[in-house]
Amino acid sequence: MTQGLRTEEFLVNMGPHHPSTHGVCRFLLTMDGEVVVKAVPYIGYLHRAIEKICENRTYAQCIPIIDRFEYCTSMSCELAFCLATEKLAGIKVPERAEYLRIIMVELNRIASHLIWFGTTSLDLGAITPFLYGFREREDILDLYEMTCGQRLTYNYIRVGGVSRDIPSDFIPKTKAFLEKFPEKVEDYVRLLNENPIWMVRNQKVGVMSAELALSYGVSGPALRASGVKFDIRRDDPYSIYDRFDFEIPTGTNGDCYDRYLVRLEEMRQSAKIVKQAIEQMPEGEIKTKVPTNFKPPKGEVYSRIENSRGEMGVYIQSAGDSKKPLRLKLRGGSFNQLQVMPEIVKGGKIADLVAVMASMDIIMPEVDR
Amino acid sequence: MELAGVFKYLYELLVSTGLPQVWIDLISLVAAAFVVFGFLAVVALFLVWWERKVSAHIQQRFGPMRTGWHGWLQTIADMVKLLQKEDITPATADRPVFFWAPVIALTAAFAAYVVMPFGKGLIVSDLNIGILFMVAITTFTIISLLMAGWGSNNKYSLLGGMRSAAQVVSYEVPMVVSILAVVLFAGSMSMVDIVESQAKIYQWYIFRLPFGPIAFIIYIISGTAETNRTPFDLPEAEQELVAGFNVEYSGMKFAMFFFAEFINLFTISAIGATLFLGGWQGPFLPSWVWFMGKSLFLVFVLMWFRWTYPRLRVDQLMEFSWKFLLPVSFANLIVAGFMKYSEYFNW
Repeated sequence: MTQGLRTEEFLVNMGPHHPSTHGVCRFLLTMDGEVVVKAVPYIGYLHRAIEKICENRTYAQCIPIIDRFEYCTSMSCELAFCLATEKLAGIKVPERAEYLRIIMVELNRIASHLIWFGTTSLDLGAITPFLYGFREREDILDLYEMTCGQRLTYNYIRVGGVSRDIPSDFIPKTKAFLEKFPEKVEDYVRLLNENPIWMVRNQKVGVMSAELALSYGVSGPALRASGVKFDIRRDDPYSIYDRFDFEIPTGTNGDCYDRYLVRLEEMRQSAKIVKQAIEQMPEGEIKTKVPTNFKPPKGEVYSRIENSRGEMGVYIQSAGDSKKPLRLKLRGGSFNQLQVMPEIVKGGKIADLVAVMASMDIIMPEVDR
Repeated sequence: MELAGVFKYLYELLVSTGLPQVWIDLISLVAAAFVVFGFLAVVALFLVWWERKVSAHIQQRFGPMRTGWHGWLQTIADMVKLLQKEDITPATADRPVFFWAPVIALTAAFAAYVVMPFGKGLIVSDLNIGILFMVAITTFTIISLLMAGWGSNNKYSLLGGMRSAAQVVSYEVPMVVSILAVVLFAGSMSMVDIVESQAKIYQWYIFRLPFGPIAFIIYIISGTAETNRTPFDLPEAEQELVAGFNVEYSGMKFAMFFFAEFINLFTISAIGATLFLGGWQGPFLPSWVWFMGKSLFLVFVLMWFRWTYPRLRVDQLMEFSWKFLLPVSFANLIVAGFMKYSEYFNW
């Protein structure tokens, strides 16, 4: 700029209490005016030692703790843990329970993406879409509430099945929701997709190349937006995902706008899966009898699922003579997505950092555990 | 019913008391100031409530419902609450600057109404440079924003204040140029003359093709930026700056900023209505009803923007102003100039 004018970089602490850090993440930003020179994420503000707590609990008691691992998609977390335990102990799950699990998990994915939709638009200054997203999420939470009595941390999926059958008006209500949901997504599309402000804020912002994403272990919608067609539901099917017909949306540019489009499409695809699951669902048992204090055989297992924020993995080590896991390790998608952020926000504006963080859909309990 | 007659009657009553002219002038001046102040206080209270209701209904909520009919007492309750709040000045603040910032914000907001034609013959002072005065005095707000940012001695406030200053200065230029097109056509800067040149509906400047609608759109966009509202609400960008220039303010000082903001919103809309929508001109109804109706309609449009659009980034905001709005507004001014001096367009 002007000769002789002394300029210097300065440090800004963004967070831990900041409206757009989605929880308690702290970024130590080195700023040159509005431009981010360096961003260092500091984590651990939400550390609850979930893994250690689980080592002191029986497998059944672990589930409510695992719920808190990532509270936007508690159902998926339960599923990941139960799949791992079942794999370890060789427990078969009844057909109906499998379908119930799929319905719940996919509804949960929609609910989670709706939170992302709302908070992303809020971070970019549009307040109204936030309430629209939460309005639809409310319907899903109502469905959960009438099934298991909980709205956030469900403790519904159990080792060997699910805790209880769905009430009689669950199916009609879900169908009604699926009926109107695509129209609501169209509303979002009309509200934001072609909006020039939305486009300039998101397009070519926070570009993440496929190589960068892969080298940091980014997974889920963020990876697919970079053009890598990898979805565990299709590439390493668990539960009964091989029975459903759904598409895996991918992006080409890997920018915030692509991540936005991919997630919007994923909501539609999840609705499609739920619809198929409802049609195919058989009558019958919902739970295999598993003793409360069962002891899985000695061994270790890693099981992974496609969570709404990427790969969620559960690693369990069993001593064989204990009703508690010897070691439990959880892997969440947000951790890798937070790690890659300093790379992609470098050189951007501070407002872009907000946009990138929103589009990555980072949730801190999953990072800190 | 025309209100101008009422005021005229009151003035004559004052004259008939036989006081010296100086006293009559002084009393009528103070009275006018109080009337305008009272009017604006009511408008601001109403707009705060209206903003809440408009946003609520856009977002499929009800908004305030408990305090009075559809919550119309809500802003009054808020005011009472803010009056009771402790007035905190940060220990490191620059005290005089911190104190005077909200005062200047409010004063600048009120001062604009000296030349506002509320209705036929209903104007405090018909200055021959009316619109110039209006534009100058509304820009005064940014000084208060800078003072608030600087005086708080907080980097978030300072950034908010700086952004605000940069933004208002950049958008002032296309706004004034778009207003110039109207001034050129009206041949006067007096607000009354401008309104009177739009007597018929086809003479409203918004309907004078091709320059009118373009000037109006530029005016509305710049006006949105001037009032720091979405999509140009960067000075208050919660996600980037926490709250912007007013983060350290509490109690009545905060309320003053809040009031000034809503009065500015009404000012922008009222100027828009006066310059482009024929001001108080209109059939059947009294002139002040037309003025209020048109102004509130524009207020609604600005609220509609706010609750629909996302926010621009700061560099995009500047680019939009300097690289797009400014050239367009200059081209528009040239078109208006040609139209003025060709027989064909001169209605």
